[in-house]
Amino acid sequence: MSQAAAGAITLYPRRPMPGMGVYNLKLGMWVFLLSEVMFFSSLIGAYIILRFANLDAYAQPGAVLNVPLTAFNTFVLICSSVTMVKGFAALQTGDQRGTRLWLLATVFLGAFFLSVQGIEYYQLASEGFVPSASSYEAEGAAIYGMTFYTLTGFHGAHVTIGVLALIFTSVKAFRGGYTPTKLGGVEIMGLYWHFVDLVWIILFTIVYLI
Amino acid sequence: MSTVALPEYVHHYHDPAHADDRSFVRKYIFSTDHKIIGIQFLFMSLTFLLIGGLLAMLIRWQLGWPGRPLPGGAVLGETRMPGGIMLPEFYNSLMTMHGTIMIFFAVMPLLVGVFANYLIPLQVGAPDMAFPRLNMASFWLAVVSGILMFAGFFVEAGHAAAGWTSYAPLSVVPEYSGVYNGQVLWTVSLIILGFSSLAGAVNYITTIINMRAPGMTLLRLPLPTWALFITSILILLAIPVLTGALILLLFDQVLGTGFFIPEMGGEPLLWQHMFWYFGHPEVYILILPSFGFVSEIIANGARKPVFGYTAMVLALAAIAFLGWIVWGHHMFQSGMNPMLGVGFMATTMVIAVPTAIKVFNWIGTLWQGNLHFHSPMLYSLAFVSMFVIGGFSGVFLASTPVDIPLHDTYFVVAHIHYVLFGGSLFGIFAALTYWFPKMFGRTMNERINKIHFALTFVFFNLTFFPMHELGVNGMLRRVYDYTQYALFQDLVDLNRFISLSAFALFASQLIYAANYIWSLGRGARASANPWRANSLEWTVPSPPPHGNFDSMPVVYRGPYEYSSPESEEDYLPQDAPPAEAPRPEPAPTFA
Repeated sequence: MSQAAAGAITLYPRRPMPGMGVYNLKLGMWVFLLSEVMFFSSLIGAYIILRFANLDAYAQPGAVLNVPLTAFNTFVLICSSVTMVKGFAALQTGDQRGTRLWLLATVFLGAFFLSVQGIEYYQLASEGFVPSASSYEAEGAAIYGMTFYTLTGFHGAHVTIGVLALIFTSVKAFRGGYTPTKLGGVEIMGLYWHFVDLVWIILFTIVYLI
Repeated sequence: MSTVALPEYVHHYHDPAHADDRSFVRKYIFSTDHKIIGIQFLFMSLTFLLIGGLLAMLIRWQLGWPGRPLPGGAVLGETRMPGGIMLPEFYNSLMTMHGTIMIFFAVMPLLVGVFANYLIPLQVGAPDMAFPRLNMASFWLAVVSGILMFAGFFVEAGHAAAGWTSYAPLSVVPEYSGVYNGQVLWTVSLIILGFSSLAGAVNYITTIINMRAPGMTLLRLPLPTWALFITSILILLAIPVLTGALILLLFDQVLGTGFFIPEMGGEPLLWQHMFWYFGHPEVYILILPSFGFVSEIIANGARKPVFGYTAMVLALAAIAFLGWIVWGHHMFQSGMNPMLGVGFMATTMVIAVPTAIKVFNWIGTLWQGNLHFHSPMLYSLAFVSMFVIGGFSGVFLASTPVDIPLHDTYFVVAHIHYVLFGGSLFGIFAALTYWFPKMFGRTMNERINKIHFALTFVFFNLTFFPMHELGVNGMLRRVYDYTQYALFQDLVDLNRFISLSAFALFASQLIYAANYIWSLGRGARASANPWRANSLEWTVPSPPPHGNFDSMPVVYRGPYEYSSPESEEDYLPQDAPPAEAPRPEPAPTFA
């Protein structure tokens, strides 16, 4: 910092720095999540319109989809948000070991969620519940399969990106990259992860339960 | 004395004692400097502007002389113009790509990619963007997207031909349009461009909110930055909806789903709703930045403060908000419920109110000003007058009973070109000329610019005004050969006149291009503040160094203090300290 800047600013001590009072990374992540809200809104909106236009094409809840399995998976994802919070809380108190363990737990739970989703996809596909019209054999019509795989698939893609980012964050945490004064990376990771979790709760409700 | 916590990026301001030791590649190619990225966007989008213009010339040849061989046109190949005669499939690709390239690769990056990048950090007093590497990624994603879009011209069965709106199922089923790979490339390219725009928008919003210099309150921001801020919010929220729609379209095209195909349970109207839910905010993305540039330049040319600065900001916000609830006015004829049309008609007409506020404020700024007709000022005045014509025809089209006969006619083409060429592009010419000295440290030839202005203004009106007449006569747009209909036989002469004007209009742009390129190397050296303007970018050298400011600037007033009694000059920079020392703060009293 040059002396001129320091001089100019201390001349007017009551002139605060403009801004939101949060660091750029955090503000940027919030702004980015707003666009993600619009992205998932567009997919969910399309789902609602297509479903209302084809009421008969959608099977009763639970007839095709394995609701208990996915309910368990939803619970796993909510738990991963808890471990993420614990990891960030540990970092704020300077507990490096706690941070690393809770981050690893989050990675594990995220990967577990993806594995269960993979098993679910495999089971559904083997029963003929597929996204294409030509080979569709399950209850309901092909539009059911198309919308199901698109919505849950894009959420799964977001979880995959989140798990990869969490692995990166964990590696950095194991190298001591975060301190109680330098924790932006973990905090924005948490914001993204909670968002993905929240989207899943909405998707689980409208795709599986309604 | 209390101290102010300084942000980390304070170290990124320009340090004159420190030599710039970045390599050539880091400095000019994979640069993270917002100014270089802005200039990279500039040359990319000007190239696309030229390509888009050439496509329009080919379209005008076919419309002026339907079926006549174009001299030398045979070089475009047997699948496009055998013997110089244009094939209908190629015509469809031309009109699709003229729209797509002009909107997504010329006007949008010119307004946002160039000026948001270049101006925002300079006008808010920041050393760079909040996320410089993300900014670099934004540019290179746009390049990848542009290459994919351009590559579509060379694939088998030709480029996308379903119009820039790509209505499904025309854009999905290859048998309908005769195009397969071109249509997929179109979709993929726009998805990638969406990521580029998104990275930009996150950067612009974060920078404007969080990186303003001390004293730069929101209502002291120059209007270009305000306009770009609101545009960025529109991009942030509208582009993901387009991306969602495009992804569903891509699945339909390549994976065999049927989101937009009726026989598979899909909804063609869903595409139109999703597209225009993005598409109408997009229209304002394409005009709001020009509003900002023109406000800045008119105040500068009139040597007066902007009339109703706060009203200008609120009008921008109102237009942006209303832009979200009007998309159905593109769909009056789509088979959508007519009751919805009434609501969309009303909300659309309400937009005329904030827009009129802006126009009256521009006139109020000019009123009794000490007018300087430098070329950016001329372009800005052309902007205001042409935009008013485009705005009025917009009110016509917003009214459902008028829109039903005029829908998909040349009246709509006239309207879009009055707002997008007469509006946005004149705003772009104004901004390119006004900030040229800052960007390149040289000045453009003023006399040639004025000749370009006069020719463009005349030929623009000769080209697009008669299109209103064509539209009222019922001539449909996107028709390869209108002479096949007896009804339109007598429109050939008018079309030929329009084509000749359009060729002259295109030729006039080459004058500007030549002046621009010549001035890059040979123009007279520019001073730091050639327009005697107030905002922060004029307080640094032309071109500004890496890091922009030698130290964090401090702002004392708004950006439009022209002819202020406080100053000897007729302008008063935002960072000039007040003449008298500020009064000491009163000591705290305890009652």
